Amino acid sequence: MSKKIIATTSLAGCFGCHMSILDIDERILDLVELVEFNKSPIDDIKVFTKQCDIGIIEGGCCNSENIEVLKYFRENCDILISLGECAIMGGLPAMRNGIPIEECLHEAYLDGPTVKLNTQKILPNDSELPMLLNEVYPCHEIVKIDYFLPGCAPRADLIWDALVALITGNEMDLPYEVVKFD
Amino acid sequence: MKEKIKAILEKYQIDATRLIDILHEVMDEFGFISAETITLLSNDLRISEAQVKETISFYHFFSDKPRAKYNVFLNNSITSCLRGFEHVKEAFEIESGVKFGNVSEDGLIGLYVTSCIGMNDQGPAAIINDKIFTNLTPYRAKEIIKGIKQGKKVEELIYEANGDGNNAHPLMNTMIINNIRRKSLLLDDNYEKFEVTKNLISKYSPQEIIQIVEESNLRGRGGAGFPTGLKWKFGSKMPGEHRVIICNADEGEPGTFKDRVILTQYNDLVFEGMVIAAYATAADMGVLYLRYEYRYMLEFLNSQLDYMRNNNLLGNSINGIKDFNFDIRIQLGAGAYICGEESALIESMEGKRGEPRDKPPFPVERGYLNYPTIVNNVETLASAVRIIKNGAEWYKTFGTSDSLGTKLLSVSGDCRFPGIYEVEWGVSIKEVLDMAGAENVQAVQVGGPSGTLVNVQDKENHSKTDLMKWYKPSGMMASRKAYDRKISYSDMATGGSIIIFNKSRDILHDVVMNFMDFFIEESCGSCSTCRNLPYIMKQKLLKIINGHGVREDIDDLLNWGKIIKVSRCGLGQTAANPILSSILNFRHLYEEHVKAMTDYDNQFELADSVSAANSFVGRKFIHHNS
Repeated sequence: MSKKIIATTSLAGCFGCHMSILDIDERILDLVELVEFNKSPIDDIKVFTKQCDIGIIEGGCCNSENIEVLKYFRENCDILISLGECAIMGGLPAMRNGIPIEECLHEAYLDGPTVKLNTQKILPNDSELPMLLNEVYPCHEIVKIDYFLPGCAPRADLIWDALVALITGNEMDLPYEVVKFD
Repeated sequence: MKEKIKAILEKYQIDATRLIDILHEVMDEFGFISAETITLLSNDLRISEAQVKETISFYHFFSDKPRAKYNVFLNNSITSCLRGFEHVKEAFEIESGVKFGNVSEDGLIGLYVTSCIGMNDQGPAAIINDKIFTNLTPYRAKEIIKGIKQGKKVEELIYEANGDGNNAHPLMNTMIINNIRRKSLLLDDNYEKFEVTKNLISKYSPQEIIQIVEESNLRGRGGAGFPTGLKWKFGSKMPGEHRVIICNADEGEPGTFKDRVILTQYNDLVFEGMVIAAYATAADMGVLYLRYEYRYMLEFLNSQLDYMRNNNLLGNSINGIKDFNFDIRIQLGAGAYICGEESALIESMEGKRGEPRDKPPFPVERGYLNYPTIVNNVETLASAVRIIKNGAEWYKTFGTSDSLGTKLLSVSGDCRFPGIYEVEWGVSIKEVLDMAGAENVQAVQVGGPSGTLVNVQDKENHSKTDLMKWYKPSGMMASRKAYDRKISYSDMATGGSIIIFNKSRDILHDVVMNFMDFFIEESCGSCSTCRNLPYIMKQKLLKIINGHGVREDIDDLLNWGKIIKVSRCGLGQTAANPILSSILNFRHLYEEHVKAMTDYDNQFELADSVSAANSFVGRKFIHHNS
């Protein structure tokens, strides 16, 4: 069996889900036997060098760069997985969705209690910067997502089981506690 | 102000369970319920301010912000929309200079949109300071606003002649017309009023009355169809200090207006039905829960109750029957569709938000103030009087084997003769359409938004398609020929709402969207399924209508429609029916819209999605490389 190729990225996330991937501990040695990593913060490959089997997305989309990266992943991965609350639902960043973006920016850069040094009232508008989206989007509202792994962050065992199931082609065991939280 | 509120409270014995009545009086007195009033009420009634506020915020006709001197509640039900709602709305806005949902700066005119007000056969209609205005046109809307600005009273704004029958009664004085198109045993005018109470019931024991009703197989006419005799029997056996008979006159299902007509012309039958039910179950408290939209009838109905009291048809030892003490009061609702659900209605009567209760216990076990309570529909109670008068055997000669007797249909929409048709159960859709003079019919909505959208053009047999494996709502059988489907408990049970759509109507955009908006507006918000899914499903439907749908979207709608079934009450469980029923019977309309070539479309446009942020920080949209 040839090694499956995996890519990962963190969009509008906190990297907690990636930490959770690392929490598979010594099993990472087994994983290396099973898979090869391509574009990912884990090996710091910046661009896709080949078509990948599985893309793991952490975080939702809050700016134009997130959109671009996500589309880039869709083009280069056969299977995309939304990993964790932010990718699936927008998560904490999406808490701003109830507030007009103008108000958010005003608070963050002009008027907030911690804004002391911005005496010239500069707003981040350099063309090099990604453009901020009016709202934070979950990944499946931007591209087609094949699988969803919920959790904040998803447990390492869940990630491990899911990857093993995908790679071996076996159906994943999803007991009640895994899909029902309350 | 304090004195006035004290007086109001004392009128209701400072009883927190009468909060709805108290709030109505406050609204009448002050036009709104101020923060100060809320504090006063909560102190004196010994309930928290939050409890007062949650009740206020639940009902359309209560407001904690000042309302205007003239408040226009324009009805946005489907037939109103088919008959020019948008133009009338626009005319109101242009002439008054106020947008809907607001009050003019001088506090003179307030404009609001409201759900069905029971005038589907004469819409668009509006309620202005409790007076009903029917058949509105843009011209009439402008004239009304002009009149208001000239300082006319509401009564002076009505140019039209009074309606027929009791609509012209001095205590009603309303332009509403009954539109009774077909009469049978219930709407029969050849009878002596209160004959049963005066001459007949004393001949039967309470058990015999229940037995007759049971034998007649009378079933609840509100839509659910629970056997009435059985309900009475349960109620009569429940222990309790008091027993309560409630007449549910909160008909809010869009397209239904039969109860309005019964209460206008045959309210003696309704009250007499309550008396008979009270006799049969040894109940001593009676309440007619009248939806707020029918407030114009309140005085008229009270006069009927006074007549009954003066003639020993209510009160102590009714008609000389020893220990038969029963009286009826009228409880006004405050504008909430869900209060037609019996346990929500009881909650509302107890001064609370109209949120359905968990069952069991059922109302017959523990209902109003925890007493055994029998809740019956207006039409059911009126029918019971006819049954006691003429006997169960007579009643059984009407209708079909599984659905005995007659049913009042409220027919509206695209037809020549909208109105009330009393038909025998078992009548086919085709017969109804013929009676109503409907031509070029595309679809018929039977049972209101929570019912079935019947495709009358469709002669195909749907029942064998894969779709039925996905979803088969009860009473929603897609049968061989839609035209021949019967109004009956075994085929299509209904509370009687029949709305007809001709071939010029856009089913998805005009009909289904309107119904979904209705459920979104009227959800009580208690169950997350019913609070969220109708909105999410409507967005999905919009996506499909806007040409961004894919096949999976239809599957999603069907799947989500199953999830919503876990909601607590009938409203929640049926809130997805407009979509589910239209997918079932008009799937081709969905398929026409969805893209065949792709399995994913998200409607996402980057340029639109960054526009607000970009313009705030002052930068232009740039395309990046990809």
